[in-house]
Amino acid sequence: MSEPMLEPMTGPGSYPEALLRVRDLRVEYATASGPVEAVAGVDLTLGKGEFLGVVGESGCGKSTMLFGIAQLLNPPASVTGGEVWFKGENMVAMSAKSLNTLRWRDFSVVMQSAMNALNPVHTIGRQFKDAIKAHAKWPPDQIRVRSAEVLELVGIDPVHLKSYPHQLSGGMRQRAMIAMALLFTPDLIVMDEPTSALDVVAQRSLMAQIKELQKQLGFAVIFVTHDMSLVSHFSDRLMVMYAGQAVELGDTRSVFDVPAHPYSKGLLEAFPSIRGEKKRLTGIPGAPPNLAKPPSGCRFHPRCPVAMDRCKADVPDLYTVGSAQARCLLHEPAPVSVEVES
Amino acid sequence: MTENTETAPLLRTVDLTRHFRIGGGFSRNNLHAVDQVNLTINRREIVALVGESGSGKSTIARLLAQVYKPTSGEIVFEGRPLSSLRGRKAQLGYRSDVPMVFQDPFASLNPAYRVSHGIERGLKLHRTELSPAQRAEEAERVVEAVGLNPAAEILQRYPYELSGGQRQRIGFAQALAYRPKLILADEPVSMLDVSIRIGLLNVMADLRETEGVSFLYITHDIASARYVSDRVMVMYGGHIVEAGPTEPVLQEPKHPYTQLLLSAVPDPRAPLSVDAETAKAEPPKVVNPKPGCRFRDRCPMAEAICHEKTPVLLELAPKHEAACHVAQRATAGVAAR
Repeated sequence: MSEPMLEPMTGPGSYPEALLRVRDLRVEYATASGPVEAVAGVDLTLGKGEFLGVVGESGCGKSTMLFGIAQLLNPPASVTGGEVWFKGENMVAMSAKSLNTLRWRDFSVVMQSAMNALNPVHTIGRQFKDAIKAHAKWPPDQIRVRSAEVLELVGIDPVHLKSYPHQLSGGMRQRAMIAMALLFTPDLIVMDEPTSALDVVAQRSLMAQIKELQKQLGFAVIFVTHDMSLVSHFSDRLMVMYAGQAVELGDTRSVFDVPAHPYSKGLLEAFPSIRGEKKRLTGIPGAPPNLAKPPSGCRFHPRCPVAMDRCKADVPDLYTVGSAQARCLLHEPAPVSVEVES
Repeated sequence: MTENTETAPLLRTVDLTRHFRIGGGFSRNNLHAVDQVNLTINRREIVALVGESGSGKSTIARLLAQVYKPTSGEIVFEGRPLSSLRGRKAQLGYRSDVPMVFQDPFASLNPAYRVSHGIERGLKLHRTELSPAQRAEEAERVVEAVGLNPAAEILQRYPYELSGGQRQRIGFAQALAYRPKLILADEPVSMLDVSIRIGLLNVMADLRETEGVSFLYITHDIASARYVSDRVMVMYGGHIVEAGPTEPVLQEPKHPYTQLLLSAVPDPRAPLSVDAETAKAEPPKVVNPKPGCRFRDRCPMAEAICHEKTPVLLELAPKHEAACHVAQRATAGVAAR
């Protein structure tokens, strides 16, 4: 099986060279009452050096999708369909052993909570060493030099290689996690809400730092977050997820300026601003659906402020809207008139 | 020190201070978590306390909730100093007047009991005059007041059957069951999704209207503070560095720290403006501090005096106070002219 040729990406801000192509990715959780499809067919193309933001509420499947792409799912979750093409290979079909040669060297993962992701009983330097040893045979000198180098890259004094995680602040721990992901200068780093445990100021400086490093080293980023405003200044493209599906995908600016999907609009109106008029906001009423029984038709229709009757029955596709794509019947292209013979 | 209960503010603190001894058994190092804080909360008022992690805001909440005893200073509730409360009944009375809502809705409800358990337990303890039937009725009323319907059914659920936002509403319902006068809300929305947060902020605003409760809203998110609060206090390194009515403080921040906090708020509608250098530094652990402004090492405007003298809060605009030498001089200069 070889990588399918796809139509070239066009439009402003598109990246000519694709690094990652995800085709119809499906992930299911096996539960006592039957399988629950947490990711229901996601298509995605990521260019070299691109920064993609993935936003959605808890339980929309964004982290599961990320783990599905990185092949990090454990039972009861498993990839049940689709392909993940990375550097000419389909990672879904790869063996654990061959995946291991890609991991950390070609793509790495930054987990959500640095408090839990770092081992509390080992120094930072020891953990860096473990990661290197698992994926390369380097002499001790090189390990030391490279560890110090990456720590400096993220703005931490290399003396902290001798520190234990509890001796670092939350922001520094999260930076150390990013440093660890950079050990082999991978082409792709997937980040699962790396900033959500930090406060506003630390969050902002970490984002600025990730962007800076990305410019410097040229890796691509998939950044998952529930806070849409956080990625507004940093991501090139934005994917909005709802109930396991991508409901909007487009240039970050266009999604913010002219959100095409009612859900994106709702997310944008859910956070208060520090400027402008003070008015009562409503957020998005209701809660995300139970994925074991997703709603019929458009999955957003029970919470949608502009739902029509047909939204209950007709399943929307991803339609092109300007430079973006949206999964909403409002944007369904006018049907080509077909004569129905009676 | 007893004042007239009617005219006194609901709660005020007088030079409230809390130090923690850190280090080994013989250590004489003191961490100054809260230093000489004077704050006032009036009836039916939402006051926001804003600052980074480690600035001492949660310590203030715990002092007010009597989890910690102050190192020095006093908390005066309805004109009565808390140190004068004698006996279990008076203590219980204060606790039911000033309950707390916690940050993590996943850890603050007992998973082994139905939702009704926590609410009715509080009622049993604090409102002994109610019969069991009245308790059940009251529990339904508070659950409805926080926007959960149908109340009777929600009360019979276990915490795992509720979403994070619903659990946090239960947290508010529990506090509300005591018929409180002031609810201490310590980062009540920071663990929730952005799309859920606004609903809880609305709950707070509504409860103030319908139940006449005051709130101390503790947060690091200055935008949500603006959305819900009447007054805002900004904390840094254990000191209140700026305080005043919300709009003036956020539109014309006097203290450079408030300015930094404001610039860090991600606002997709505004152009990117962040000074990576200032933002990189972290709030200090204030151990055995020497005099001087605690923000000076991160401050772009720091001068010689900032290293020598601790600035105090001065009123720089009507009801708008800031503790910054540079801002105070600028205002004095304008006034002299």
